[in-house]
Amino acid sequence: MMAARAGTVSDFFFRRPGLLTLALLAPPLLWIGVVYVGSLFALLLQSFYHLDDFSGLVVHEFTLSTYAQLAAPANLAIITRTVTMAAVVTIAAAILAFPIAYYAARYAKGPMKALFYLAVMMPLWSSYLVKVYAWKLILAKEGILGWLAAQLHLTPALNALLATPVIGGPSLSISYIGTFLVFTYIWLPYMILPIQAALERVPKTLIEAAADLGAHPGQTFRTVLLPLALPGVVAGSIFTFSLTLGDYIIPAIVGNSRPFIGQTVYALQGTAGDIPLAAAFTVVPMAIMAVYLTIAKQLGAFDAL
Amino acid sequence: MSTTRILAGLLALSAACSTGLAQEAKKEIGAGEGALNIVAWPGYIERGETDKAYDWVTGFEKETGCKVSVKTAATSDEMVTLMNQGGFDLVTASGDASLRLIAGKKVQPINIDLVPSWKTVDDRLKDAPWHTVDGVHYGTPYQWGPNVLAYNTTVFKDAPKSWSVVFEEQNLPDGKSNKGRVQAFDGPIYVADAALYLMKKKPELGIKNPYELNPTQYAAVMDLLKAQRALVGRYWHDAMVQVDDFKNEGVVASSSWPFQVNLLVADKKPVASTVPEEGATGWADTTMLHASAEHPNCAYLWLNHSLDPKVQGDLAAWFGSVPSVPAACKGNALLTDAGCDTNGMANFDKIWFWRTPTGKCEAEGACVPYSQWTKDYLAVMGQ
Repeated sequence: MMAARAGTVSDFFFRRPGLLTLALLAPPLLWIGVVYVGSLFALLLQSFYHLDDFSGLVVHEFTLSTYAQLAAPANLAIITRTVTMAAVVTIAAAILAFPIAYYAARYAKGPMKALFYLAVMMPLWSSYLVKVYAWKLILAKEGILGWLAAQLHLTPALNALLATPVIGGPSLSISYIGTFLVFTYIWLPYMILPIQAALERVPKTLIEAAADLGAHPGQTFRTVLLPLALPGVVAGSIFTFSLTLGDYIIPAIVGNSRPFIGQTVYALQGTAGDIPLAAAFTVVPMAIMAVYLTIAKQLGAFDAL
Repeated sequence: MSTTRILAGLLALSAACSTGLAQEAKKEIGAGEGALNIVAWPGYIERGETDKAYDWVTGFEKETGCKVSVKTAATSDEMVTLMNQGGFDLVTASGDASLRLIAGKKVQPINIDLVPSWKTVDDRLKDAPWHTVDGVHYGTPYQWGPNVLAYNTTVFKDAPKSWSVVFEEQNLPDGKSNKGRVQAFDGPIYVADAALYLMKKKPELGIKNPYELNPTQYAAVMDLLKAQRALVGRYWHDAMVQVDDFKNEGVVASSSWPFQVNLLVADKKPVASTVPEEGATGWADTTMLHASAEHPNCAYLWLNHSLDPKVQGDLAAWFGSVPSVPAACKGNALLTDAGCDTNGMANFDKIWFWRTPTGKCEAEGACVPYSQWTKDYLAVMGQ
């Protein structure tokens, strides 16, 4: 009985392949269309409303005044600060991740490779908050790094670093340097793994051919290895860049309390109820990422996909 | 995260707007329904899981048969959102959430005749404006506490007399400047702390209430906060981070809660707290009953239980807060007889309890609303 009914169903779909495709695609399409794009659209819509400063209520009329508020010096500073941090973190993560990924892709074999995966993934398994708090202790004025510097008689060097305008501060954990270190540490695995995957796909023969044709290692790296591994670097940078753009916990725990976009959105959508400005702020990283992806595409980063 | 939060907020807002007429309080209570769902601050409803000595749930469950489930919320906004979503009976709302819940008709009036312990409540809290509207009570007071000035006792031999140590650049008693050694709270409500300081410091501004500031007064407060930025290395947000900053970052004075001070003292750190001559801001929480609570009988039983002197005393010891029932201050082994004074009992009259500033206000006619405080305070921290 069951088999017969199942047979009828499969016969029905066999005769109408279009319907089958639709039935299979409907749930994911609904998910993307309603839940995903729908909520993004609701957000976008909010950003075109504005908050009446007098009553503290959202006025549901089309206006661009909320976006104009983004241009206020304080808000521009928040955006610049966040984007600069994201860019610096991404560059540092790429520079750190490339040799690690290269070693893993080219030289690590058997148990070493397993160990590599374990070492890269392990930080992702422990709680994000625990890691950030641990870094706060490491970077504190009376923390491990300060102690180490004192033992090595490097305290004056550390103080000179902290005396640097803008990026310095009273201690490592109360400065942009500290925020930067923690961001780079937390997002590094997201850079290593895509680069490693890209490097695995670069044929060893190409590198050898370049050497045979007389290219010195630097040339091989610039003209063969890097262009072929670029999709991996770009994929990694999308992670590190967008994750830094949106994070609101790290800068709240380690840093000098100068707000980032994530914290600003968090504060605005709360008791303040300024959802339009919060939405406008959320559109900023989206726009930046769109520009970023377009440039990456122009550079041919996705050609190998 | 932001998208879903905003959507949840929107849905909640529209739901709040569509509810109808004012509700009447219950006339009588029947047998317990066997369950009770509470939204609470972390650490507010303890059943001995963290420390066996601190348990005010197990006994209640045995006695009434109401199985208690707790959902903790980290911010007032989260509490309002959870209550708007429904499915909860009670919430321990702070002053910035309670009036919003009443205005949104998400909580129902309380018939105090059904709460025998009501008469034991501190008289100063019975008609507090954050839970009483037009003479109707919308909950029972739970706990309150001041935002104290915490200071390092090796630097300050005597308690600082004024908040000026955190607001204005000066040499502290140890001869070194306070620059980089003081902290301020990172929430926009801290604007009220600065306003409170200016109330005494610059009487010519005529600030009558730190939560009601006209544009001139507000501008003066902002100037003070901008100058303070140069003194503050990091603004504090998380209580545990501040404890760590007092230990490891050389912070010697900051606005704080008795909670952090108690932790530091317990850790034998040279830290104490005071309420300076200007007074202090503070918070007061109310247990409120959801408008469509599924377990109202159990909820009333809990309201009564929550005012039990033993519960109030144990909770005050655990949370570093002050009981709403004065009888709780005597003979509690966990709190000790000095506990209420340590946590700020005597300072009630010097405290301006937290409220959400709105555009309309009694003192000045038109005031700067909280949304503006938020934007400007972000700008202060970011400069």
